[in-house]
Amino acid sequence: MSDPILSLSKLNAYYGDFQALYGVDMDIHAGEVVAIIGANGAGKSTLMRSISGLMSNASDQVRFKGEAIGSLRADEVAYRGLALVPEGRQLFPSLSVEENLMLGGKVGRAGPWSLDTVFELFPVLQERRKQASTSLSGGQQQMVAIGRALMANPEVILFDEISLGLAPVIIKTIYDALPGIIGGGMTALVVEQDISKALEVSSRVFCLQEGRVSLAGATHDVTRDQITAAYFGVVA
Amino acid sequence: MIEWINVLVQGVLLGGLYALFAAGLSLIFGVMRLVNIAHGDLIILAAYLGLSTTIMFGVHPFAAALLVLPVMAIIGYVLQRGILNQTLGPDILPPLLVTFGLSVIIQNALLEGYSADPQKLSAGAIETASVNVGSLTIGILPLLTFAIAVAVIAGLQWMFYSTALGRGFRAVSDNQDIAQLMGLNKAHVFGLAMALALAVTGIAGILLGIRTSFDPSIGGGRLIFGFEAVIIGGLGNIWGTLAGGVILGVAQTIGAKIDPGWQVLAGHIAFLVVLAIRPNGLFPRVQH
Repeated sequence: MSDPILSLSKLNAYYGDFQALYGVDMDIHAGEVVAIIGANGAGKSTLMRSISGLMSNASDQVRFKGEAIGSLRADEVAYRGLALVPEGRQLFPSLSVEENLMLGGKVGRAGPWSLDTVFELFPVLQERRKQASTSLSGGQQQMVAIGRALMANPEVILFDEISLGLAPVIIKTIYDALPGIIGGGMTALVVEQDISKALEVSSRVFCLQEGRVSLAGATHDVTRDQITAAYFGVVA
Repeated sequence: MIEWINVLVQGVLLGGLYALFAAGLSLIFGVMRLVNIAHGDLIILAAYLGLSTTIMFGVHPFAAALLVLPVMAIIGYVLQRGILNQTLGPDILPPLLVTFGLSVIIQNALLEGYSADPQKLSAGAIETASVNVGSLTIGILPLLTFAIAVAVIAGLQWMFYSTALGRGFRAVSDNQDIAQLMGLNKAHVFGLAMALALAVTGIAGILLGIRTSFDPSIGGGRLIFGFEAVIIGGLGNIWGTLAGGVILGVAQTIGAKIDPGWQVLAGHIAFLVVLAIRPNGLFPRVQH
């Protein structure tokens, strides 16, 4: 098998004295869609923050295309081709929809994604391009957040809880758009509490429990019972 | 009647200078929530830099600006990245204390270097030139100062809302972490904001030096005028800052007209009245 595009080795993460991740190992290969599931507080968002550079770690705990990036700042990681769709969307309220998207393209990497292709993916955003980003509905804001990350033309995209707080019909729309995104060979990490959605789109799954990997395997191999055990730490 | 119209016009023009004092403060606060206590002293520093430049090269103060502005911008960038970035965080006290210390240091360094003697930038005939509009006589220098203030504020407004740099400023101001994810290094963005703010301060310092005499101790007063203009206009609103400067200027000239000793007091009273009636200023930032 080829070298992984993203690899975590013995990743520990701390908030002050509190340790949130304990020696997490993970290898992600180019073109894979990997689901990361786990209960509240299991360390999923910490994992995303560590990979994207919002939290600093020991340099070689996170490797991207062979390069140790664990201690780089988030902007340096972004330029290398890794984008995060943050939990809770986190659009810039003083920027219009279009400006939010343009800022995503700031890293200036070449690739298929541009304002035009993002508008093609989410046509509703084109009509609202001049509006303040906060005037959109939650689902539309999520589309902007995804579009903003795509504008960077990343090689690896991290989705952190993209279904959180959205109506089921909106979640469906967003997830229906995913194949159009990752079909182009982009590698994706999908963090979800909504397990069924995560399993539907992914080929491999990792389950986190209290900062440790409690289950890892191909999506079609793991059983519901295994997931339940790994998710809650009890045998159902 | 005409006397009072004259007072009003002079006040508006004076307000242009105050708006220039305030624009830099407003920009810094808007982008990084930093209250710069040393702002007034940086204005005076720019005036002294202008003085040295005019003496050393024998040039007009306006020509000196070509050197002073970039020098101030570089000072701003280095200051921000070297010192002030380290003070920024959830606590607002460290930047206040550090810039207060900076204010003391600048004042004393200027005192050491230039003595306490009042100085003035000599701009030649333009200082006393005037135009007659009806029965009003308007000084060319105040008029030019006001025009420059409007141009600077229009330029800042354009930069903020129509350029990639401005987009970066607004994004970092909104959410530093997420801006960092978009490839914006906030330390660098803050450095650029301070560089821009101090370049504006350079303009203000030179115009101040031509208009009045200055000595190392007057920075604090300019800081207060700048603050008052920002608060009257409303935090985070660039055009509001111009309006704030104008209101402050008019209040001062009206005060001076009634009794020359009341000039500064009248400005402070106008500020307090606005603060009491509209604590967020007259034109607070428009919520998008």
